[in-house]
Parts: sequence; C-alpha cells; structure tokens
Amino acid sequence: MNETLNKIIGRIGLPTLIITLLFVVICVIAIIIGLPFGLIASDVIRRFGMFGVLALAMVPAIQCGTGPNFALPIGIICGLLGSLLTIEFGLTSPALGYGFISAVLISLPFAIVSGWLYGILLNKIKGSEMLVATYTGFSIVSFMQIGWVTLPFSHPEMRWPIGKGLRVTVSLESTFGEVLNRLWGFTIGGVYVPTGLLLFFLGCCWLVWIFSRSKSGIEMITVGANPKFAAAAGINVDRNRIIGTILSTILGAVGIIVYSLSFGFLQLYLAPLYMAFPAVAAVLIGGASTSKVKISHVIIGTFLFQGLLTVALPVANQMFPEGNLSEVLRMIVQNGIILYALTKMGGET
Amino acid sequence: MTEEYVLQMKDIQKEYYGNRVLKKVNLKVKRGEIHGLVGENGAGKSTLMNILFGMPVIHSTGGYSGEIFINGERVDIKSPFEAMKLGIGMVHQEFMLIPDFTITENIKINREITENNLISKVFKSDRLKTLNNKAMAEDARRALNRIGLNIEEWITVAGLPVGYMQFIEIAREIDKTGIKLLVFDEPTAVLTESEAENLISAVRRLAAAGIAILFITHRLSEVMLAADNITVLRDGEVVAVRKKSDTNIEELAEMMVGRKIDLKSRSEESKEYQDKEVILKIKDLQVDMPGERVRGVNLEIFRGEIFGIGGLAGQGKVGIANGIMGLYPSKGEVIFKGERLELNNTKEALKKGLAFVSEDRRGVGLLLDSSIELNIVITAMQTKGNFLKKIGFFSQLDSKEVREYANKMIKELDIRCIHPQQLTRQLSGGNQQKVCVARALTLNPEVLFVSEPTRGIDVGAKKLVLDLLLKLNQELGMTIVMTSSELVELRSICDRIAIICNGKVEGILKPSNSNREFGLMMAGEYRKMQKEEVPDNE
Repeated sequence: MNETLNKIIGRIGLPTLIITLLFVVICVIAIIIGLPFGLIASDVIRRFGMFGVLALAMVPAIQCGTGPNFALPIGIICGLLGSLLTIEFGLTSPALGYGFISAVLISLPFAIVSGWLYGILLNKIKGSEMLVATYTGFSIVSFMQIGWVTLPFSHPEMRWPIGKGLRVTVSLESTFGEVLNRLWGFTIGGVYVPTGLLLFFLGCCWLVWIFSRSKSGIEMITVGANPKFAAAAGINVDRNRIIGTILSTILGAVGIIVYSLSFGFLQLYLAPLYMAFPAVAAVLIGGASTSKVKISHVIIGTFLFQGLLTVALPVANQMFPEGNLSEVLRMIVQNGIILYALTKMGGET
Repeated sequence: MTEEYVLQMKDIQKEYYGNRVLKKVNLKVKRGEIHGLVGENGAGKSTLMNILFGMPVIHSTGGYSGEIFINGERVDIKSPFEAMKLGIGMVHQEFMLIPDFTITENIKINREITENNLISKVFKSDRLKTLNNKAMAEDARRALNRIGLNIEEWITVAGLPVGYMQFIEIAREIDKTGIKLLVFDEPTAVLTESEAENLISAVRRLAAAGIAILFITHRLSEVMLAADNITVLRDGEVVAVRKKSDTNIEELAEMMVGRKIDLKSRSEESKEYQDKEVILKIKDLQVDMPGERVRGVNLEIFRGEIFGIGGLAGQGKVGIANGIMGLYPSKGEVIFKGERLELNNTKEALKKGLAFVSEDRRGVGLLLDSSIELNIVITAMQTKGNFLKKIGFFSQLDSKEVREYANKMIKELDIRCIHPQQLTRQLSGGNQQKVCVARALTLNPEVLFVSEPTRGIDVGAKKLVLDLLLKLNQELGMTIVMTSSELVELRSICDRIAIICNGKVEGILKPSNSNREFGLMMAGEYRKMQKEEVPDNE
C-alpha cells in the first residue's frame, strides 16, 4: 500500500499532486458556495491560454541547461516594445491580425539580439545562472522605467495626456485586444471557449516539440543534459546555450503579446518585474525540474497553477470578504513552489 | 609478546558490494620501525588505511572483518577522531593546511592551548578562553625542531615551497601528544628529489625517536632507501613481507605486478609490425589534463593492432586519448593516416574516423537520463547527420531508423535491458559500458580509443567487455588503443603496451615481457637502471 502510494507520488511528483488536490478542493468549495460556474470556467480557460506561452518560454532555457529563465522580463520588454511600435506606426490592419502579427514580427529582432547578448552573459557565469538571471531581469525592468518615459512615442493612445512619457497601461481595445480570443470563439453551456487563443498556444507547443526532435534541438538538449558528454560528442556547448536563451527570449516576447492581447492592456513600468515567477512556478508544478522539462509539464502546470489562482480568488473573497487573501495565497503557492523546486535541485547523485 | 608491535592488523578482510578488495591482510609495525607498504593502484593500500582510520566509507559499506591491535590491545576504530585519540596520525598526500594561517596556527588548529579570562570564567565556557600564543609557538617550535625544519613558526603558510608544507603537516601530527604511529600516504608524490631526500631523513629521525612509521608509496627506490621492512600488497593480498636487506628493487617490482597472467590469446601470435602501416603517429603530445598531465609523448600505432597504454594513476596515461580527442587543451602533432589532425577540435577528430570511449563513464560517457537508443545514436547524428529525416530545411529525428539500429546493436553487443527506451542510469556498469562502445561503433571509426573499459564493473562483465574489444579487432580489423590501469587486462589482449610514467613514455613492451620489466617501468625505474647499466658494460 505504502509502496504503491510512493510510486504514484514518484511518478506524478509531489508538488503536482498537492496543487491538483488543492485545485479540486477549491473547485468543490466554489460549487458548494454557489459561485457562477460558467464564468469561472471561462476565466480558467482564458487564463490558461493567456499564460501558456510565457510558461513555454521556460522550455528552451531548461533544455539548454541554463535552468528556468528568471530573466524572462528581457523577452517581455522586447514583446512590449514590439506592441508599442505596432501601435505607434499604426500597423493594425485586419490583415496583420489587427496588429498582433506585426507586434510579434517587430519584437523578434529585439528578442534575438537581447537573447544573444544575455546568452553570452550566461556563458560567463556558468553554475549560478538562476541568481544572475533574476537580477538581470530586475535590472532590465528598472532600466526600462527610464525608457518608457524618454522614448519618443507620440501616439495619443499611449502617451499621458499631459506631461511626458508612456502611460502605465495602454489599452488595446482599438487595436489587437482579444483578437485571438474572439477568433472562432464560441459559448457552450455558459462557458466561453477562446478557440484562437488555445490553438495559438498549442501551436507554439507543437513548434517547440518539433524543434526538440530536430538535429539542432537534440544537440541543445544534449548540452543541457550533460555538457561534458556534449563536448565529447563534438558539440559546441556555449553556442547551444546561446541558442536556447535566444529561443526562450523570443517565446517570452511572443508570450507577453499573447498575454496583453487577452488581458486587453499593455502593462508597462513595474508590471514585468515579477512576471517570470508565475511562469517558472507553472512549469515546476507541471512536473519539470530545473534541469528537465517536457511540453506536457508546461500544459499541465499552466492549467493547474492558473486554474488554482482563478478559482481561489472568488472563493477567498466570498469566505473572507475583508482583505486580499487570494493575493496572499497566490504569493504563497507561487513562491513556495519555486522554493520547493530549488531545494530539489542537485539532490540526486 | 605482541606488545612490541605498535600496530598489528590481523586477517583484515573487506568487501565492497560483493567485490573482495582485501583478503586476510596481516600487517605488523614495531616501535621505531619504518615499514614500507607498496602496491599498484587498486592493490588495497587505501582501503587498508581507511580501515585503520575508521573512515565512514568503511562503515557505510558494511564494515570489515579481522582484528586491529594497538600496543597489543584490541581496538575497534569507528571514526578518524578515535584513531587520533589512539595516537595514530596521517600525513596526507594532498596538504590539508590553511594558507592564511601561520605555521603555529596550522599546527595547533583545534588543539589550541588556552587560558581562562574574565568572560570565559563568567560563562564557564571553554570556547571563550584566550589563546596562549606563547605556549603554542613553543610547541610548534619543538615539533619543527624534531623534524629538523629551520623556519620561523610565525610565518604564514601561503607561499611556502611545497616541500615545506609537507613538513608542516608532519609537525602537526607529531605535536599531537602520544603519537605512536604515523602513516605517510605517498608523501613524495609532489616533491622534488632533494625535497624527498629531506623528507626521508626527517622520517628516519622520527623513527629513531620511537615513533612507528608506515610509509605508503609506489616509488620503489624510496621505499628501499627509507624502510626497514617492506610489505608488498597485490590484489588485496599480502604477497610478501621482506627485510630491506633481503630484497632489491627488481624483486619488489616483480612482486608488485606479478600475477599469473593468462597470455593464451595474444603473445604467441603477437604480430610483427615492421612493414605495417602506421595509422596514428603522435609527436611530442602535451595535454593539460588536471591530474593526468601528458608531458611530451611520442608513439606510433599500427593499423590493425590493439595498442595498450598502461601506467600508474596520475602519470598521464589517461590524458593521451583525451588530448587527441580534443577534450583537454593539447599541443604537439598527431598524424592520422598521413594527415595532420587538428588538435583541440573534437568534431574534427570524430569526423576523421577516431572514436573515444571515456574513462568517466557516468560523467562524460553517458546521458544518464536519456534512453539507450538516443545514447547510441547521438554522436553519429550530430557529427555525421545520420538517423535524421529531412523535411524541407528542417530535420527530424527518424525514430524508426533509430529504434531498428538500437535493437541491432543491443542484440550484437548483448546489452541486457528491458527496452531501447530504458534510461541508461538504470543499467549495470557493464551494460552501460557496452552502450558507450555501441555509440563509438556507430561512428564507424578506424581507430577506437577506449579508456579504462573495465573500471567499476564486475568481474564477469569485465571479461565480456574485453572479449568484445578483441572481437572488434579481429573481425572488423579495427585499430584499438586501450588505456587501462589494469596491467593484467592490457597484457591479456594487447599486442604492444606503452607504459607511461611522469607524462612520458617509459617504454614499450610486449605482453610476454617479464613482470620485472613491467614493474620497473611502472615505477619509473627502468630507464634509470638502464643508464646505470651502460657504464658497467663498457
């Protein structure tokens, strides 16, 4: 009995199991206290699609051996820049997905260059990637505070009506807000299914999976799994780490565009600061470790983590009307999971 | 009667995971005696010392059987701390000193002489007492004088010559009160010749003062110089105990390596190579591999032979293959099939037709958390683009081809596994090694480097791996360069064996050469002896 239990826990992973149970319990409570099921379910699905690509950005980083990409804000900034430039130049025709496609395309060069530079940095500090990544992320966000104020954007929808600089949030209502959500979206049993959003996320997953089975992908995974082995097989370790970092940064950029699109606003200034943490937590909940990850981890993890947070919010508000307990819960789960994963690191001999 | 012996080890036996590494070992050391303990790597010297010092590794692997007597009293040493209390000290091969501390501080560390002060009296705590620097310095001085080291005791250790550091270690051990037995573990390994001589005279002085000395080394000339009695250990057994006056270097060399070697397979048919093609020519190869530095090796390897590279650990034998394959920075010239091979470029070496099975199987040799099939095909996939399907400009892993090929290799090499998808971590050592060999074969190499192919695998599997290499050589005509610490293995399958000593080739022997010659070469005494013989002949 004990043994089979251990086996099950071993296969699914303790954090995944705990979060699943918590999710189920909270869902049951939600139904008992009579929260509107349709609304909540729609919200869970929407947030799943919205956060998915950001969590997917962790995959190339972990695969190439640099660990979860805590420097995701680099990619996020690139994505935001791409979106802002799209609005600034008015590249929002329906043929360009009301600006979605142009935003992605414009952000690519930024992401490639910054990912490459950041990859070079990571190659110089092998062994302490995660710590350096966290602070690189923090630094770049702080640096861009100046950028958002001083960059010569002039589109009236983005500027403060008086004074200088960009607004804290930029509405996407007139541009590509919710385009993916509405694409082939339908309502079934009171639950809205944002088909386009989900398909886009799954499409990205498929691309990453295809890449991981290509020659370059296998090369990169080999570097992550055992750099010494890779070197003995004639593989250039540093170059592959840079490739992984660039891919992760690109996915971060695309991820924030998808996120903003579904959210309806671009969030500037301090918003990207902690964006990396939910993404890291999601893949770890899904069963990834700091050195091994599968696409299924991303999908399961994002669903559980975002689902839990979405349902917990109204439940907590209902049960404890005062205070923002759900926010506290989110922080506990998110940081607790990251902490757990970090303690598991290097545990095997 | 037993009282005259400071240390007596009786019928010591030890097994590691069913592998018997010590068989009924007896060792006796008298008061004031310098007792030499010689043996090859893996002969059991370190294990014996680990038992004497009660190292945790012994107890965590099931303990040992046999008895240990100190001054005639039976003891059961469970930890290094107990060993210290019994008066056994150890001078390590690697220095355990704190560079920024003075010599005195290093000698007295954790045994500081203290005196009470106000605070320590109030709190009644030993930890708060004041150091008595004067008394400590006096003690240190006394210890230094005893070994004849004229150096100020207040100097910091950092920057001292290596030879001095060794002496400070010794001073620390003899400063311990009631030291009865001092173990020197290859103390001269890092010393120059004159430093080594100083050390030996210091050791003599200690012995004269009544301390029993156990001197572990594989430098035979030193043991002849220093020791009164010598125990030779081989394969976990005591082969002989000799008085110095009754033996000589050559006899020791012979006993150290001499095993009844089964030369059935090769020696008679050992081919003549005079008119054979040289497939690999190595000129003045230098490899900067930590711990296995190669300092200018010249070799010629013929097509179709099994060439052995032997020698003791740390002499540089492992560095040769690693250097040629570009895993460690190397200099020199390697000519492969008449063409100069670009050094420090692994991919190039693999493409040209060299393959390498690493000595570090779990570290370099395998992706432990990947499947057997991926482990087998990955190098060929990366260097030659095999096992890939092209879809437009994008390549995809050809799972079917990989599976077919893996199944074929699993069958041919008899890799015992459940499924090609099984993780290599779950395989036994021998089967892991076969996966490594399979990967190397997938490259279709002309020259296969194999380092320590039998390290860490059980006896039955060892034979299988060696037979496999022999089969590859005989059936496919593959040239094999095998590096191994196990002389017996080299002699059982190789055509010629180069012995590496101090980063250079000491000499090349045939498997049929005598134990004495192998022993002398491994100990680095062969050339010296030949030099000495030359004037005699004139």
